[in-house]
This record gives sequence, C-alpha cells and structure tokens, in this order.
Amino acid sequence: MELKYKIQGGNFNRAGYASSEVKKVLKQLNVDPKIIKRIVVALYEGEVNIVAHAFNGLATVTIDAEKIKIVLKDSGPGIPDVEKAMELGFTTASPAVREMGFGAGMGLPNMKKNSDFMEILSTVNVGTEVVLMNYFSK
Amino acid sequence: MKSLYFCLENYTDIIVGIMEMKTIVSEINGTVRVGLDLLQNNVDFAFASDLMSDVLTVEKEDILLITGLANLQTIRTAEMADIRYIIFARGKNIDGQIVQLASENNMVIITTPYSVFRVSGILYQLGIQPVF
Repeated sequence: MELKYKIQGGNFNRAGYASSEVKKVLKQLNVDPKIIKRIVVALYEGEVNIVAHAFNGLATVTIDAEKIKIVLKDSGPGIPDVEKAMELGFTTASPAVREMGFGAGMGLPNMKKNSDFMEILSTVNVGTEVVLMNYFSK
Repeated sequence: MKSLYFCLENYTDIIVGIMEMKTIVSEINGTVRVGLDLLQNNVDFAFASDLMSDVLTVEKEDILLITGLANLQTIRTAEMADIRYIIFARGKNIDGQIVQLASENNMVIITTPYSVFRVSGILYQLGIQPVF
C-alpha cells in the first residue's frame, strides 16, 4: 500500500494531516497501538519540520505486512550540518515556529528515538529527504 | 499486623491517584468545551507544558495535558501522543477549528481561568501523579 501526502511549507493549520491519516490506516490494520504512536509521532515531527523550514514537501508512505517506510522529501534550504541538527537542543526555527509549540531542537532526535531506522540526506538550497522505517513486530 | 498496615496504606495511595474528570472540572473552576459525555472517565497522570515537542516525548498514554498553548497543533500533538484530556489554562480562547478537531478525536477539552501553576498544584494535591 502506498499513500502520498503533500505538505505545504508555512501552513501550520495543515501540519499533522498526513500523520492523522496514517494513524487511521494503521489502526484499521490492527497494528500495536504503542508502535502506531512511535510511527505517528516521528511522522508528525517530520511534517512540522517541513512546515517550519521548507517551501513544500511530500510524504510517501509505504506499508507492507512487516513494516512501514516513510519518505519525507522537501524543497527548501536544506540542512548544512546534519550531525549538528541531530543534537538535542540545536535549532534554527523562527519565533513563529516557537509560538506553535515547536522549535526547541527536539524534533529530529525524537524522530530518531521513535523509528527503527532513520536516514537524512540533505543538499543546501535544494532540500532534504528523511527516510523513516518502523517494523510492526519486534 | 504491621504488613497489613503497609498494604492498606499503599492501597489508599492508589485510590487517591485516580480521579474522575468531572471532579477535576469542578476543582479547577473549569468549563467543558468538548467531551461532556466522557467526564466519568478517570485519569491518574498529568503533564504540564507549552512545548509540544516535549509533550511528544512522553511515552505514557491517556494522560491529562495542562497547557497555555491553544492552537490546532496542541490538538494534533495530543492526537499523536494518545492524549485525550486537555486543560487550557488562563482562559485561553478556543476557536471552532480546535473544538472540531478535538471532537473528531473524542477528546475532553476544558478551559479554566486558573494558571498552569495553579491547576498543576490543585491536581497534584488531589493525588494526580506526575509523569516524570
């Protein structure tokens, strides 16, 4: 099963829509609620990152019997130093993002914590691609 | 006899830690905006934060969230974190979009004129337990 969701940079009203839809699908598939929570928290943080930093993005979600793979690809400024961005507390978020309750430098570390596999590929002034993978049973 | 005493004491602690939502509403001078039909539900743990990234790190489910941040992302965060009970402190304005999204997710939304600090103090005194 493949699902695709467009994510619009700067539109906080829509942030979380893809995560909400994916949560509904995983519930219908009777995935363990604790695993659903990990997946949708990671995806939601990813959505917020695109809304906060990029111009636009696409979430491609592939689900099979054993796992879910999420590819979050955006057009945007990119991340100059991925290792630095992964540090807890490091942020480049705007005051507007902070007013929304984010931008404390916790998003990427929390995405890593909540996924079984995470990879970030980024090119400055082009965009960022984040791949997340979670297995339904351990 | 001594061991029985300890046993009863622990049992009392457990009872004190569980609270019906309707009692909480009354103790914090709250107004229920969404979820009137869910007020007989019990909660035993609460977390207070305006930082949604912080809320998203809480692994415990079905907790009560006390916050001063009233926007759609508060509801989205609660949805992803499996939180169904939210108290908005300091009389925050709850708009129609918030009400609708909370309602779709079977949440209880309460507003109160009290501050986050005061609400937290009252609930802690009533025996609601902290997550951390």
